[in-house]
Amino acid sequence: MQREIGTIDAQEVMAVLAAVPDPEIPVISVVELGIVRGFDPLREVVIITPTYSGCPATLVIEQSIRAALDAAGLSRILVKTELAPAWSTDWITQAGRAKLLAYGIAPPPLGDGAPSLRNRLAAQCPQCGSHNTTEISRFASTPCKALWRCNACQEPFDRFKCH
Amino acid sequence: MIDQPLFHYALRLGDDSLILGQRLSEWCGHAAALEVDLSLTNIGLDLIGQATSALGYAGDLEGAGRDADGLAFHRDALDYENCLLVEQPNGDFGQTIARQFLFSNWHWLFLSALAASKDATLAAMAAKSVKEVSYHVEFANDWMVRLGDGTPESHQRLSAGLDWNWRFVEELFIGDDVDNEMVQRGIGVDKASLRAAYDARIIDVLNDANLPVPKKHRAITGGRRGHHSEHLGHLLSQMQFLQRAYPGASW
Ligand SMILES: [Zn+2]
Repeated sequence: MQREIGTIDAQEVMAVLAAVPDPEIPVISVVELGIVRGFDPLREVVIITPTYSGCPATLVIEQSIRAALDAAGLSRILVKTELAPAWSTDWITQAGRAKLLAYGIAPPPLGDGAPSLRNRLAAQCPQCGSHNTTEISRFASTPCKALWRCNACQEPFDRFKCH
Repeated sequence: MIDQPLFHYALRLGDDSLILGQRLSEWCGHAAALEVDLSLTNIGLDLIGQATSALGYAGDLEGAGRDADGLAFHRDALDYENCLLVEQPNGDFGQTIARQFLFSNWHWLFLSALAASKDATLAAMAAKSVKEVSYHVEFANDWMVRLGDGTPESHQRLSAGLDWNWRFVEELFIGDDVDNEMVQRGIGVDKASLRAAYDARIIDVLNDANLPVPKKHRAITGGRRGHHSEHLGHLLSQMQFLQRAYPGASW
């Protein structure tokens, strides 16, 4: 049965999207990562925004969102990409940050990529909790991560870059 | 009707990023240390991502059915409008770093200004890209100091790399008819106005790197008109090979 325009509410759509994992870091959802900017119930459009311009996961994310909406019987909802305002790591939710840490990735510091804030604070080791850490490489396995090392437990770890 | 100046403006934005991104990808698997390999290829990836957006927009403006891939893979050197600096060969690591330093510092200033464009699409792309480019600047500036203030060998190589690339810096600040119209319409950036800030930024780093500030050079231009060095043709022959040999191939 076709539902009338305006009867699909944002809560329902966001609940569907909250179950869509990021393809690179599957413990965190696309909503927690701040990729989903919202749902417009009148236009029936989900607005998403890419993380990095060259992030290879962007296409997969869009396809996963499409598939999840289809599976929930929401095929008529459109998915639209908007670049502005530019995605920022400040949009990663508190729950998302906690999940990153538990997964072994130090969450990004707050500060929207402000150069004055970036990398000034030592990352906290996700393994042992020490702040005695050193950055090894600002560019690492994916565009969003930097490579760090813990001087206390000697383990290397990824840190989500401030962006 | 095609908005010709805007089309060329978007094309140039995309071509600069695409060609430098392709150049950096040549380092994949060849850098002296894993961290450097990751850095150069990640910067390349950022740039190719930016190019995808800009060339996609250029294709939309043109309205002739060419998408970003169509523009990237099915144009000859004469139809490329990138600046000459980005097509320069990688040379050794010092030459690559000098090119990145000279370009990224300009790129950052240019994009920061373009973020205020009256064209909402260009403004959005610029605001997004400048965040990525701030990391490129940091990487290049750090390595300039590390190599310049390093061993006699690293200093000499960086110095030679700077000499090679310096000739192509003037072009970054010279506007043509396309630029002039874009500036008048509040869409484009007055490139000459970026020069003082650029000089201040690079002189700061050169001082830290124990390198003399190169003398102003007679401008070598032509990139924006499609007059390129022979290096671009070789780059394109590699980048475009697959789509030229098997048009429309996909996987
Ligand atoms: Zn530790």
